[in-house]
Amino acid sequence: MSQVKAPVIVIGTGLAGYNLVKEFRKQDAETPVLMITADDGRNYSKPMLSTGFTKGKSANELAMGDAGKMAEQLNVTIRTNTRVTGIDAARHVVFVGEEPVGYSKLVLAWGAEPVAVRIEGGASENIFTINDLQDYSNFRAELEGKKRILIMGAGLIGCEYANDLTNGGYKVEVVAPSSQVLPNLLPEQAASAVQHGLEGLGVKFNLGPFVRRVTQTERGLVADLSNGEQIETDIIVSAIGLRPRLDLAVKAGLQVNQGICVDRSLQTTEADIYALGDCAEVDGKVLLYVMPLMAGARALAKTLAGQPTDVIYGAMPVMIKTPVVPVVVSPPVLQGVWDIESSGVNVKALCRDDAGALLGYALTGTCVADKLALNKELPAIFK
Amino acid sequence: MKKWECVVCGWVYDEEEGCPEEGLAPGTAWADVPDDFICPDCGVGKDDFEMVEI
Repeated sequence: MSQVKAPVIVIGTGLAGYNLVKEFRKQDAETPVLMITADDGRNYSKPMLSTGFTKGKSANELAMGDAGKMAEQLNVTIRTNTRVTGIDAARHVVFVGEEPVGYSKLVLAWGAEPVAVRIEGGASENIFTINDLQDYSNFRAELEGKKRILIMGAGLIGCEYANDLTNGGYKVEVVAPSSQVLPNLLPEQAASAVQHGLEGLGVKFNLGPFVRRVTQTERGLVADLSNGEQIETDIIVSAIGLRPRLDLAVKAGLQVNQGICVDRSLQTTEADIYALGDCAEVDGKVLLYVMPLMAGARALAKTLAGQPTDVIYGAMPVMIKTPVVPVVVSPPVLQGVWDIESSGVNVKALCRDDAGALLGYALTGTCVADKLALNKELPAIFK
Repeated sequence: MKKWECVVCGWVYDEEEGCPEEGLAPGTAWADVPDDFICPDCGVGKDDFEMVEI
């Protein structure tokens, strides 16, 4: 009697899950694949959540296909609104509550979650995070009839949202406990170019303090900042950071650090369990961007199809979607010296080592046009 | 001449302008862009592009 081979199970149907399976199907049309997702399985691109107001796109318009369409297109089974609650690596089984589901290979592609905030004042149900299509849908519904938005955080998502929501006609204030926008990503001159551009659109920045307390009053929400100032607003978006989801991996005994630790073949510390995308820490690197995720999906698809392949990370420049002052940055991995030229909001900042080799760059405004030429000079993250 | 947009990140390929930095001369039709072309902004493949109205 022949035993039916257990499927490849992929947990998560975000960009990582769907792109992996798409690449896998190019290598292997037959092996059964089961995808399990805690949401409704709609296929959408998370970066597009940052430009939805500028482009006038509702959540439904951002969805490129529902779970049924994706299952048919990829020849897979998709279990939606289903949360995996445990993993038994030794037995090659995941649990959905009490129900065991066997796998031949398991891929963790469940992404990252917003850093949680604890804010005093009892109005925390008015603080939104936007980490997936459902969040985006809820947030848009909640915005109905409102005008003023407070964004907590001036990092990549905070700045992208500030630009997008201003384009959408909202009055935006940003509060962040940093001395500049895009801290850890941009040198100061480039950051101030972005800040000036956004201020020109009408965004107001409160850099230095953080939001300590939010209370509901008849004038709307009142946010008390740590520097004693108060801001009146209608709704609050928290964009203070993302971190890889680790809980289930820890429970399963996998090694984790900032992310789920995987080697260059994306294998975790257990055989036949892999991690991909925003939840993975690949050879010590956590990069919450699409480009590394795609490189990982291509390599892992081959590995799953029986051709062990290490992921190659070339240079990984990051586009920041602040159209008022476009930004592209490739943060230097090694220490070097910055050489910065600027004219208004156009900044070209190049980081070089002692021998003059390019280590990284930050470009804003019209200078972003130089990126493709500079990319060819950048060192690979690992090859 | 048409434009094609990456559905993942929004990068636009304009056939009229091509993308000389990626070796695509101005006027290169999308159909003639190699199948292994990847989006210079986010790294997805050619099948993740859709035609956009101008």
